[in-house]
Order: sequence, then structure tokens, then C-alpha cells
Amino acid sequence: MQVFIQDLIEKNRYHATDLLAVLRAIQAQYYHIPKAAIEQVAATLNITRTQIIGVIEFYSFLHLSPRGQYDLLISDSITDQMLGKQDLVVQIEQTLNVKLGELRSDGLISFDNTSCTGLCDQGPAGLINGYALPHLTPAKIDIIAELIKQKISVSAWPIELFAVKDNILKAGLLLNEPILQGEALHAAFKRGLKETLKELDISGLRGRGGAGFKTATKWQFCAEEITDERIVVCNADEGEPGTFKDRVLLNSYAHQVFEGMTLCAAIIGAQQGFLYLRGEYLHLYEKLNDVLAERRLAGLLGNNIIETNFSFDITICLGAGAYICGEESALIESLEGKMGIPRNRPPYPVTHGYLGKPTVVNNVETYLAATKIAVNGGEWFASIGTEKSKGTKILSICGDCAQPGIYEVAFGTTVQNILDDCGAKDVLGIQIGGPSGTFIANTEFARKIAFEDLATGGSFIIFNNTRNILDIVNNFTHFFAHESCGFCTPCRVGTSLLKNQLDKIVNGHGSAGDVVALEELCQLVKTQSHCGLGQTAANPILSTLERYPELYQAQLKKISYEPGFDLDAALETARRMANRNDAAAHLTQVEE
Amino acid sequence: MAKTITIDGVNIPYEEGQTIIEAATTAGIYIPHLCHHPEFTPHGSCKLCTVKVNGRNCSACTFPAMEGQEVINNAKDLNDDRQKITQMLFVEGNHFCPSCEKTGNCQLQAVAYHLNMLDDHFPLFYQHREMDASHADILIDHNRCIFCTLCVRASHAHDGKDVFAISGRGINKHLIVNSESGLLKDTNMAATDKAAHICPTGAILIKHTAYQVPIGERLYDHQQIDQVSLNTELVDHDK
Repeated sequence: MQVFIQDLIEKNRYHATDLLAVLRAIQAQYYHIPKAAIEQVAATLNITRTQIIGVIEFYSFLHLSPRGQYDLLISDSITDQMLGKQDLVVQIEQTLNVKLGELRSDGLISFDNTSCTGLCDQGPAGLINGYALPHLTPAKIDIIAELIKQKISVSAWPIELFAVKDNILKAGLLLNEPILQGEALHAAFKRGLKETLKELDISGLRGRGGAGFKTATKWQFCAEEITDERIVVCNADEGEPGTFKDRVLLNSYAHQVFEGMTLCAAIIGAQQGFLYLRGEYLHLYEKLNDVLAERRLAGLLGNNIIETNFSFDITICLGAGAYICGEESALIESLEGKMGIPRNRPPYPVTHGYLGKPTVVNNVETYLAATKIAVNGGEWFASIGTEKSKGTKILSICGDCAQPGIYEVAFGTTVQNILDDCGAKDVLGIQIGGPSGTFIANTEFARKIAFEDLATGGSFIIFNNTRNILDIVNNFTHFFAHESCGFCTPCRVGTSLLKNQLDKIVNGHGSAGDVVALEELCQLVKTQSHCGLGQTAANPILSTLERYPELYQAQLKKISYEPGFDLDAALETARRMANRNDAAAHLTQVEE
Repeated sequence: MAKTITIDGVNIPYEEGQTIIEAATTAGIYIPHLCHHPEFTPHGSCKLCTVKVNGRNCSACTFPAMEGQEVINNAKDLNDDRQKITQMLFVEGNHFCPSCEKTGNCQLQAVAYHLNMLDDHFPLFYQHREMDASHADILIDHNRCIFCTLCVRASHAHDGKDVFAISGRGINKHLIVNSESGLLKDTNMAATDKAAHICPTGAILIKHTAYQVPIGERLYDHQQIDQVSLNTELVDHDK
């Protein structure tokens, strides 16, 4: 192991900032990060062992205790559940003789839940040793079980098991006619970089990750910082359940995304770029590196890009299973080899980002859009959309519809139009913008996709009338408690309290005051939390409580108070010790 | 003319680079806090010091004072939220004040009194937390840790040792120490370290000193935390 780690660090010339990459490699080789490895990495990279342990315990895909040689994860996202995930769990437990959440005693296989894998249009989905397994079926589980029983290496498994589809079902401004390689850079240098930034300003492009900050302004701010080193980061940590459009863009439009980053670098004066790729998209890693290599050969990356004196290069960094790293300052922390904890602001990343350098962080789709604007001009883009939301939005549509997949729609498109496009019938409601967004009821389908009405990073999950709203909300609320980084009190404690309080109601133990207590807690977590995760974690409860208060009320017992614990169960030890089980040894919880 | 902000309608001077809490302390205004300490880089995690700055919630310990800010600090809604956040800290860990040797000297307890906290409000988590009594002079009781990172910061910035770190995610966060065994006895921590004396609760205690000051004569037995805090932290600011 000592030689392996020494080689790994030396050959890749890894620094302390590459800690995640080092740990990912050790995890893949030894199925966990052994204690000796922690000591060696600490000494070699000159960092404390506590930083390494902190990172291991922070990211879901790194472990202090061994996982199986085959580490099988299944997505616990709501859409995977709707597509029959639970039956597959039972099948896997039986055929592979391993319980969910456990390591089989022979160490061959471990099996666990994972957060949304970004394959919601082709679920139920899973990961085997980090690689995506789309569209799992009982037949596929049988094949996988056989492969594991025969101890066949994952690299030798049939490629059909890993065939991820794009499912682009509606193309618009951005997805029609991809630009030629280098076209945007040539156009920008020809027009002039300042003039190109002006075009971006005219286009009205706003960040596509969800927050919607104006892109030209962000680039301008970063360019104005007095420094000789700036950084361009592409946020491909697409973790919002129900979102998968960045996966498709990186699979089929990677050149254009990298060109957008290069364009940004040229405009703001950056030399170094990072693509932060969520760990779940490991299957894209090699392919994306090949694209980077191609671009270097073509003179579109590296030194003297398109024969100018502009130099810039991009490194791909893989995440390791943490939704919070989609928050830009947490992402930067992660890029620096640390736990993904959102920073205090100010200062903002445009002035103090990666290693304190001015940094632009934009979404994958934002860079894609920027290239087309560089080629076609700002007016071309601004002619579509609404007054405050220009251009188009690429949606990831999944859930109950005939054709889940990627749909590019003009801003201002009504929800009803989108439902017609994807063939959704008998709709109960839609989660727009993922769990952190809004749940809308079927009376609101005239509303529009736009920053000023229904903002979304791309997630659009449809639920039909057979679905139970409380199950949906429960799934989302558990998700946030699982993904809270734990930095601030209101979110660390609050998301877990929300989870427990909602469980109490959903499981039928709620009484009169419990919904009021739930709502109060929601407001506290929403208003007091440090970052967007905590501030939106209560949205699933709040938006459904507003629309369907009767659903919550119907769960409540008709008593004024119900204790938070099971009184009779608590007496079990006493009964056993007294060797009694008569009627008098039992107490009813509360008189009904 | 000095630059000013207003806190609860009162004009307060500030110096360029000061945070809101620093300006407030200098002006003799107490803003409740637990993870803030004037000697160390602000952390902004406990969220007790949340104030409204021009209508927006901000952590007073990290947010810079800027000309024209209208800050609301001592308002009912803010104090109600502060009380609930304190209750969150109480239910998250296992805090039994009457049997804790830090009682009367504990900032968590004192801030709870200050905010008129009369019960836990939320259901308790009853988390299983270990103790580390391995060190000859120092005890760690993880039941009382509130993840303020003051020991982490003090050990790093003042003691130059990096004995402590916070590990884990979400509700599973926990304090770890920097030794191969994971025990405090195998670190280079000494009872004279700043990190050994900075814990606002009873999570890090010096052994053999528990009741040298009797209950009833302790720091917060006769003074409220606002007064203690202003007296001690103003001195620190002046250093």
C-alpha cells in the first residue's frame, strides 16, 4: 500500500488541494481508507490527519471502514422509488444475501442507498464501484448478481449495463446546431473581448444553476479585481434530485461547455480552470479528459490559444458524494481538498474564491449559452424569453409522464405546455426546481417557467394522482437531513428535527399541536440557516402545507397531546426483569 | 467624522474592517453569541448573533460594518429565534446542568438564562456520545460539545498545535483529536494551552479543579452573560 500511495501522489504530482482525488483512488483500491494510508497521506501532503479524517467522514463515497469489493448503491430519490426501487432492494437482498446498509460478512459486497444519481429519466438507477447503472430491472439485477458471484471485475461487465441515454426530446436555441469547435473563441477575439462581454450583457443571460445572478455582471466583477491570477470554475455538481441536464450537456456538448469556460477565461483574464464533476458522473470522467486533450491538440486550450497570447487550461475534479458542494463556496472548499462547508460571505468568490483568488463559478448550461451568445450576439438570445428571463431553459423532466428526458423551452413557457410536450396526464402536482424549489398543485399549470415566477435549475418532477404527497415530502425532508453539512446550528439540528417531526406525523403519531410545531420549525430553519441548503430545506413541507393543509390534519390523532416516545415499549425491559406480561404490566399511551 | 451604523436606532461609530459585533461590543452593546471570540477568526456557525442588517439576516460576527447600515439586534422575533437555536443546541447534545461541573461558568447555560429559555422545547436526540478521559490533566466530554470550533481555532492559531478538528456531516458532526489513536493523551496538548480553557460549555475541562470555586460563587451566578461578555471582550478588543 505504501508504494501504491507514493506512486499515486508522485506520478500525478498531487498537492494538498488534490486530497479528494488521492482519497478516491485509495478508496477504489482498498475499499476504504485504511489508518496507515491516512498517516502516509498526511505526512506526504503535509496536512493534518484530522483534515483527512474530516474529509473522509464528510463525503458519502469515502469510508473509514471497509466496503465490499463490489460496492452497490441504489438511488433513493423519489423518482427511483416511483419506478420500483423498493422491489429491487428486496430482490438484491435475497439474491446477493446482503442487507441494505450492510457489508456482507465475506467482504465481497456492500449495499446501500445513495442520493439522486442524476438518472431520473432512466431509473431506478444505481452505482457499482462508482459507475452508473441506469434503468435497473429484475432481469438486470439477476445478471449483476451472477457477475458478482463469479467475481468478474466491473471493468469486464457487459457495457449494456452502463449505457446511459441522453434522451434529448426537445431542442431549442441552445441545443439546436451546436457551434463548431473554436467558433465562439474566434468570434470573441474578432469582435473584441470587451465587446463580447457587452454582448453577454445585452443577452441578459442569468446563471442557470438556479440563483439567476446576471452572468455578464459576475464576469465583469471578477475582471475588475486587481490581481494577476483568476480562476474559472464550472459547477457540474448537479445534485438537486430530479436534475440531469448537465450530465447530457457534458456527454454530448462537452466541447461547447469547455469553450464557454475558455471564453470566460479570455474575458476575465484567467489562466486556470476547473470542472467540478459530481462523483456520480464518474462514467463521464475519461471521456471529458479526452475532450480536453483534443482541445489542447487543436490549440483551443493550453498555451497561445487560437494563436493569440492567451493561455488557459482546465482540470477535472471529481466530487465524492455531497449535495452541498453544488453551493459555490462549498464547491471551492472541496476543490481545495477540504470538507464542503459553505463560506461566510462577504467576501464573495468573485473577489476571494479558489485559494483566495478571484473566481467565477458558473453552471454548465451558463457556459454553454455564453458560447452561442459569443457567436450569434446578445440580441439573438434576448429576443426569446420574458422581460426578466431571457433565452431558454433546459429542463430535466422526470416522474409520471410518457416521455421523460431533456426539454429546452423558452422562458415564459407555461407548465401546461410542458406537460403536453412530455405526455403527462392525470397530474396531481409538480416539484419544480427540485426539493429546494416549489411544489405546485394542478390548479397552477398556467404559471410560467421564469425567474420571476417558477425558477428552476432544471429539475421538473411530475406526480400523478396515484402518488401520496406526504411520501414525497418525507423523501425530500430526509434528503436534506442527510445532506446538511452540519456547519450551522439551525440547519444541522433543524433538518434532523424536521425529519423526526414529519416522521411523527406521517407515521400517525401526531396530535393537534404537531403541525403548528412543524411549521414553526420550518420558518426557523428557513430564516436562520447559513446557506441555501438550510434556507430551502423546509420548502417541500411549506409549499405542500400551504396547498394541502387537510392532508397533514388527516394524519393527526384526535387527542391534544401525544408523547414523543412509546410508553409501552419503554416498559419492555421492566416487564422482562419482573418476568411479567399481564394486562397490568402494560400502560396505554394516552386516553383516546 | 467617524463612520457610523445604527443598532436598534442608536448611532454607533465603527472602524473600517470591524465586524458588526466588534463595533457593537466597543459601543457597549451585547449581541448574544457562542462561537464568536474576539481573539480568533470569526466562524459564523452558531447563528445566535444573527441580526437584521437593512432587513436581511446576517451573522454579526462575520458581517462587516458598513456606512449606513441599520442593524436590528434586540428585537422580539430575533430573540425568540435565538432562544430556539439555543434549545436546538441543548437537545442535540446531552446537557445535564445540575450535574455538570461547568455549571455557573458555562456560556451555553448563561446565554440560555439570558434568553429566558425555560425548557428544551424540541424533542431530545439522546445521541450516544463518548468521553475521552485519557489525558492526565484534561477531560473531553463529547456530550456537551456544540461544534463552535473555538478549541480548533485556539489550538491552531494560539497554541500552534492543531489538536482538534470537527469531522463528519450533518447531525453526525463530532469533535476529533489529532493523534493516531484518536485519544487526547497521545496528542501534544497541555493543560496550559489556550484550547484547554476556551470551551464555552463543559466539553473540555481541566481535571482536578472542578469545585475549587463553589457553586453560587461562579461567573454567571451573580452577573448576566451580557455584562460579563462586554467586560471581558472589550478588553480583548483593546489588546
